[in-house]
Amino acid sequence: MSHDFTHWLQQPLLSIALSIGAYLTGLKIFQRLGNPGWCPPVLIGALLVALLLWLLGIPYASYQQGAEWLMLLLGPATVGLAVPLYQQMHHIRALCLPLLVCLPVASALAAFYAIVIAWALGAPPQLLASLAPKSVTAPIAMGITSTLGGSIPILMGSLLITGVAATTFVTLLGRWMHIEDQRLLGLALGINGHAIGTVRAFEIGPTAGAFASLGMTLTGVLTALMLPLAWYLAA
Amino acid sequence: MQFLHGFLWLIAFWLIGSLLVQLGHLPLSPGVIGLVLLTLYFVARGRVHSTIASASQPLIMMLAMLIMPGVVGVFQVLDQISEYWLAVLMSLVLGTLLSVASTLWLIRRLLSHTTPPHHETLLQDNALLHDEMPLQADDASRTNGQEERP
Repeated sequence: MSHDFTHWLQQPLLSIALSIGAYLTGLKIFQRLGNPGWCPPVLIGALLVALLLWLLGIPYASYQQGAEWLMLLLGPATVGLAVPLYQQMHHIRALCLPLLVCLPVASALAAFYAIVIAWALGAPPQLLASLAPKSVTAPIAMGITSTLGGSIPILMGSLLITGVAATTFVTLLGRWMHIEDQRLLGLALGINGHAIGTVRAFEIGPTAGAFASLGMTLTGVLTALMLPLAWYLAA
Repeated sequence: MQFLHGFLWLIAFWLIGSLLVQLGHLPLSPGVIGLVLLTLYFVARGRVHSTIASASQPLIMMLAMLIMPGVVGVFQVLDQISEYWLAVLMSLVLGTLLSVASTLWLIRRLLSHTTPPHHETLLQDNALLHDEMPLQADDASRTNGQEERP
């Protein structure tokens, strides 16, 4: 392969084009498969990128360098989550007390179980830092993990597995516990299963969806505020 | 130009968050501080600015794509965690099972004495939402389910 072509393959805009193209293709394939919850479009897109990088012989590091330009947008996008959160304010006001008790406990437990189980089975601190925000929506979770000194790629894998597991367990346990209240199912999906759970909640119904996005955003914010502080106190 | 205007606001709030993190040596991410500050600002003003909404909507719809480069990295680190695969898997699957069970149990106890929203109040809620806010709350990094929306 000529030197010029190798150089062309390392253009940041090529990484960006690859990411956008693969994501859009991932969406198409996802819809063609009938929107399977266990296989979100991000995963299909990421597999496509990995395949293309391998075919074109582009090192992952140089793709990542270019894609960082795209990921810069995560900052303002995270801030932008304030808009949907504010729009949920009437739900928050109506259920102020139950939410005030439930959300901090539930989001703390989600991180606590993951850390304790992994720690008991001998995982090192860097791995714990990548597993702890597993129930938090990805843009916020990435901020938490980099603050704690974990690995972003491991976190992304954890988020996918957690989202799929939470969706499955809420469906099964909800049926077993005879829970039909959409508010309950939605909150449980959003608190434990972040964006993947929220997508599932919208399939149950609009109320479940609204409560899932509420649970997702508040869990994200609460975990982002509590976990790093707890981490530094414990360390 | 609405978009650019709102985009500038979002970046400004992120930058304020970043400044607070650096000055206060806070173990927090700038985006989350910006998110909290912007929400408080909306609460203080009592409404969402249409410029900020018009910038946040496309960004939120792009979220899944923005995190994708991170997911690509998963395939690069699989061998790094092979030693701890059991710890990782148990922590994720068993941990999630336990946390889902605790959450469902806890919310059911707490919400049992509030009545689920009636159809009427629900409609009012949505009318209110559509009235003053162009963006639906549920857009966060989602790809399907649009057809279920009211």
